[in-house]
Amino acid sequence: MLEIEGLTKTFMRGGLLRKSAPVTALRDVSLTVAKGESFGLVGESGSGKSTLARCILRLDQPTSGRILFEGQDMARLSPAAMRRLRARIQVVWQDPYASLNPRMSVHDIVTEPLVVHRAAIGLDSRGRTERAARILAQVGLGPQHLHRYPHEFSGGQRQRIGIARALVTEPALLLLDEPTSALDVSVQAQVLNLLVDLQARLGLTYFFISHDLSVIRYICDRVALLHRGELVEQGPTDTIFDAPRHEVTRTLLAAMPEVVVPD
Amino acid sequence: MTALLEIQGLHLGMQSFDGEAHVLNGIDLTINRGEIWGVVGETGCGKSLTGLSVSRLVPTPPARYRAGRILFEGQDVLSMPESELRKLRGRRIGMIFQDPTTNLNPSFRIGDQLVDVALAAARHSERTTRVAARDLAARMLDKVGIPNAASRLDDYPHQFSGGMRQRVLIAMALIGQPSLLIADEPTTALDVSVQAQVLALLKGMVAETGMAVMLITHNLGVVAQSCTHVAVMYAGNIVESGRVAQVIRRPAHPYTQALLAAIPTRHVARGALQGLAGSVPDLLAPPPGCRFAPRCAHASAACATLPATVAVEGGHRVACVLAHA
Repeated sequence: MLEIEGLTKTFMRGGLLRKSAPVTALRDVSLTVAKGESFGLVGESGSGKSTLARCILRLDQPTSGRILFEGQDMARLSPAAMRRLRARIQVVWQDPYASLNPRMSVHDIVTEPLVVHRAAIGLDSRGRTERAARILAQVGLGPQHLHRYPHEFSGGQRQRIGIARALVTEPALLLLDEPTSALDVSVQAQVLNLLVDLQARLGLTYFFISHDLSVIRYICDRVALLHRGELVEQGPTDTIFDAPRHEVTRTLLAAMPEVVVPD
Repeated sequence: MTALLEIQGLHLGMQSFDGEAHVLNGIDLTINRGEIWGVVGETGCGKSLTGLSVSRLVPTPPARYRAGRILFEGQDVLSMPESELRKLRGRRIGMIFQDPTTNLNPSFRIGDQLVDVALAAARHSERTTRVAARDLAARMLDKVGIPNAASRLDDYPHQFSGGMRQRVLIAMALIGQPSLLIADEPTTALDVSVQAQVLALLKGMVAETGMAVMLITHNLGVVAQSCTHVAVMYAGNIVESGRVAQVIRRPAHPYTQALLAAIPTRHVARGALQGLAGSVPDLLAPPPGCRFAPRCAHASAACATLPATVAVEGGHRVACVLAHA
């Protein structure tokens, strides 16, 4: 589904008068995500997780390397083809408070991607509203919520709205950037279960970014660990958690606060 | 020996446009020297207000203490004059807050900020000089594990990483040698490896100085790894408290059980995580009796009156009718 080959991203620094050394945010990162799997990307702050996500979404241009989505090199697509492709890759952001426009109703939030991609999806106004109601039902909200505003919802409900907005274009790949880190654990459990359930029903592929190892272990089939812009280890979740090979992975796992009382 | 901190029947109301919300509903908590108490609960349960109340930092109004006492070393904090309080804050009671980036002034050097706190702390006891305070600041930075501490006193906050800034704040909280440290989500903004270092540092300081810590957190993993005791809060009540081993291995309150079941651990199969349905009660019109009852699978008619807190085994206390049997 998604292939990343030798991806490098450097940012130039310095202002008008002084040039300083460029920062390499990602160095030669290669990974593949298979259709229907949950791929987890772990790393501490500053490790390059978000830069990688932004490159996949083409919010940033890679300095070198290729990103192939369903076999097509994203950099070589025409603007029109890229627009069509964007409907197939959707994203759920971290903060359900900041990522929903407070002045838009749930209806407008959830149907906005359909308006943006109306050329590719081709739904009229009534069709969009019907689609929005159907997707809201899938994330556990109802048609009665369509005409409410974000402030009327709890954090967990807001994140459901964010997930509904991401699903409304019927994407193949869902990029989830820390989707539960702003939520309480009881709400996080509901959202994680919803994601597991949606994947089983809709055959979605997840690219799940988190610094929370327990969440990654729960939801992902395969894991990659990013450290200072380099991919230090990747493999099946069980292998990484039970037999980490790289020192960085071992350190990270040892620091993970498990809810087990030490003897 | 009297307890270091004793909170007795604390009720706090918070005025809003829609009426008074009953945000702390009879908090009882006793902390002794050398203990690390985790105060856990979800957003809005009152854990931060409990912590702030100890040094009376909750603004009144809009808040109003309706009943109860907070005894720190036997003195009632709530009836103390402001001048007495100032001798406690920063000196006998240290505080650390969540976000290390906003709690340091970006335009002053780290050393000057530490020295100011040291001088303020010393003002109420023996006179000290700026030179001596600077010396103390360097020693404190060294103690919290900042390499080349003396040479970093002249650095500005932006020259420190997030974890190092949190260490600076810990040094700042400890420079007055408090007997109680209130740490409100001190590691929430940090990476797990830095979090582990900061928690190890706190444990080390407790072992060395015998101070007590109130560690306010939403992370039960942090509690399990670094606290001796835990108080679980829900909607303004402490529903369960005791030694960490007692509460986490044998949770007796349905809310504690639900909270533990919501955490993804090694043994939970995908899709098998237990969420908690419903939402926290509206504190403007809380349900009568047990505030958790509307979401509780074991609720019965008996929950309509507030359950008394009973001891189930030495020091393990639960506020639930199930524990009364």
